[in-house]
Amino acid sequence: MNSAPDVPTDNHSARAHLARVLLLAVLLAAAWLLWSGFFKPLILMLGALSCAIVLITAHRMHLFDTDIFALRFTARLFRFWLWLGREIVRSSLEVTRIVLNPKLPIKPTVVEFDAHCEHPVDRVILGNSITLTPGTLTLSLDDQHFTVHALTEEGARDIQDGEMDRLVSELRSR
Amino acid sequence: MYYVVTIATLVTMALALVRALIGPTVYDRVLTVNMFGTKTVLLLSVIAFLAGRPDFLDLALAYALINFIGVLAVLEFFKSRSVRREQERGADTESDGGGTE
Amino acid sequence: MMDQALIKIVLDTISWILLTAGAFFVLVGGIGALRMPNLYTRMHAASVTDTMGAVLVLCGVMVQAGLSLATIKLAAILLFLLITSPTSSYALAHAALLAGIKPAAGHAADEEHHA
Repeated sequence: MNSAPDVPTDNHSARAHLARVLLLAVLLAAAWLLWSGFFKPLILMLGALSCAIVLITAHRMHLFDTDIFALRFTARLFRFWLWLGREIVRSSLEVTRIVLNPKLPIKPTVVEFDAHCEHPVDRVILGNSITLTPGTLTLSLDDQHFTVHALTEEGARDIQDGEMDRLVSELRSR
Repeated sequence: MYYVVTIATLVTMALALVRALIGPTVYDRVLTVNMFGTKTVLLLSVIAFLAGRPDFLDLALAYALINFIGVLAVLEFFKSRSVRREQERGADTESDGGGTE
Repeated sequence: MMDQALIKIVLDTISWILLTAGAFFVLVGGIGALRMPNLYTRMHAASVTDTMGAVLVLCGVMVQAGLSLATIKLAAILLFLLITSPTSSYALAHAALLAGIKPAAGHAADEEHHA
């Protein structure tokens, strides 16, 4: 696993660092309370202990040095999710038609392209969105170079049109 | 009506098992294990409502976690094994997708 | 009273449709995994179950659960599945690629980006 050292760090790092630790701590505590549903002192102490262990482990992994919470929940993100959902439904029906067709009309194609998005989180979003859409599959991801396996030529063309790449790289612009 | 989903899931698990038995490479088998895990999560969520026991949902989430970690661990194991075999074979064939690690 | 019965019927119908469609897509994924000729194409079939199947089945159960803790847990399971399943698919495809299993077909026609 190449945990990219070129992750952009921001200037006011000490405050951002603390903010990230606190955000993760709040999330973990909320998850614990939601799932356990018990409010006995012993259980709460165990929960606090596990949260602390997770925070220490995350700190040792240098998780807080990078902006892991870099995703901004803007209208654009929700529009992207809507678009992705529509795309998933469309290509699921497409793959279903292929699977149920007795002749199995597949034409596996490998496409390579360079993505426009630069931020590591964006690249992960793009790679996972490609894989999440049935009919296309990210084979390898090397910096900005994507290798994508498509079940049909149509799917390969969709990837080469690069609409998903454009939408993902627009997520961060304001 | 939960029975439709339960039966469909069970049939799919059986199909996945067939693929795991005939699957030529070890990666086909890992793929079916992954599919099997996802099916188990769905089955547990449906059975939680079929049997009226919502605590099954916690099991489903735990199974999803274990499945994910397990698949990654198995893949890491096979990856290191194939890299080691590559090294044992010597540097005579270094063209085809050897370890980039 | 009348309205509540009606709402229940509507909700039951919606959840029944979602569950049946989900069951259909789950089954399609299983059939595809059996019919497809090689590893990478099988993974495409499996991803139909992982996305459409899981989303539809869990949404159908969520409609049954109504507004309760169970719905939150189901949403968490769904979110977790949607994040982890492409990640493990990528890990599997990448590991298979490193091990030297080749995708069956050649590259696409235009290879302008290819080094």
